Amino acid sequence: MSIFEYNGSAVVAMVGKNCFAIASDRRLGVQLQTIATDFQRISKIHDRVFIGLSGLATDVQTLYQRLVFRHKLYQLREERDMKPETFASLVSAILYEKRFGPYLCQPVIAGLGEDDKPFICTMDSIGAKELAKDFVVSGTASESLYGACEAMYKPDMEAEELFETISQALLSSVDRDCLSGWGGHVYVVTPTEIKERILKGRMD
Amino acid sequence: MECVFGLVGKGFAIVAADTSAVHSILLHKNNEDKIMLLDSHKLVAASGEPGDRVQFTEYVQKNVSLYKFRNGIPLTTAAAANFTRGELATALRKNPYSVNILMAGYDEESGASLYYIDYIATLHKVDKGAFGYGSYFSLSTMDRHYREDMSVEEAIELVDKCILEIRSRLVVAPPNFVIKIVDKDGARDYAWRQSVQDVTTAAV
Repeated sequence: MSIFEYNGSAVVAMVGKNCFAIASDRRLGVQLQTIATDFQRISKIHDRVFIGLSGLATDVQTLYQRLVFRHKLYQLREERDMKPETFASLVSAILYEKRFGPYLCQPVIAGLGEDDKPFICTMDSIGAKELAKDFVVSGTASESLYGACEAMYKPDMEAEELFETISQALLSSVDRDCLSGWGGHVYVVTPTEIKERILKGRMD
Repeated sequence: MECVFGLVGKGFAIVAADTSAVHSILLHKNNEDKIMLLDSHKLVAASGEPGDRVQFTEYVQKNVSLYKFRNGIPLTTAAAANFTRGELATALRKNPYSVNILMAGYDEESGASLYYIDYIATLHKVDKGAFGYGSYFSLSTMDRHYREDMSVEEAIELVDKCILEIRSRLVVAPPNFVIKIVDKDGARDYAWRQSVQDVTTAAV
């Protein structure tokens, strides 16, 4: 079993009309054993930028702490929040610093940029950025997620429809992956509000 | 094989650990206390490499005391757990400690809590947790019988059920267990469950 599959994870982000949604599963496992069913993989960096980290849980926690630290420093120096594109570059740089001993995580970054234009990207564990206009996925269920998202996605969805689409894509994908699941955590972010919802799927 | 498990009840947390000190096929002693009092209201049950276990938990204990002397107030359980995780995470890519930890504590403001910290520095707050081969039996038993806000008697009954399950189903089941409790009155020994006791003989 690969070290990326040690804890099990599934993260997906989708772009809508002036909004985005980011969702993850809730399982924390140690190989075949489930330790917890309420693990947080998605974190808010600021009101308009979210990061979901899949992969080894210890590195997810370490990387998250480093990124929050760097963003707080940025806020103190620049007196404003980071743009999502800038934040993605920061994550990429931090990951590449550890090129020959990497953090074993694959981040998914989603945010609202200038003019409320949604931005999503993913990267591998050494910081190779992959921008997308529609959706990005990562984690042990990524292959299923690619299929589900490709089938269910359509452009310019409003927030409510986007929530339904991303939830169905997430739940159907994690049901085919034994290492991820036990519910879902979905954030739908528009310029005016952040809606956080917990999904109850197959609890197994 | 080392068995450590614990659960949170109404205003208290209980941890139990086996008390065998094993080297390959030899059982050196069967009354090795693997649950350390971190401070007046915290317990650390540790399992793993014996040298690392003792050295690392003592290191954490002394640093927790140092904080209290320097700052005049003790650390909260969450803070102590995060400190422990930080030390494990820093050491992970240099000189890793092979120690799994269940940290139980009681704080005035937040009540009783239990933290699962594994040897690769994954931290999670849990209601019930377990490490080792015994976890396959104790976690399932706790999943079946655990409820929110159990009383001490009910929790001890559950702990005893777990010990019975481990003793009857684990091939190299440890003979003796120690149970410790932490609540508003502090951290202390609760009971020992011994099926094999050392026989002391007079020196010749």
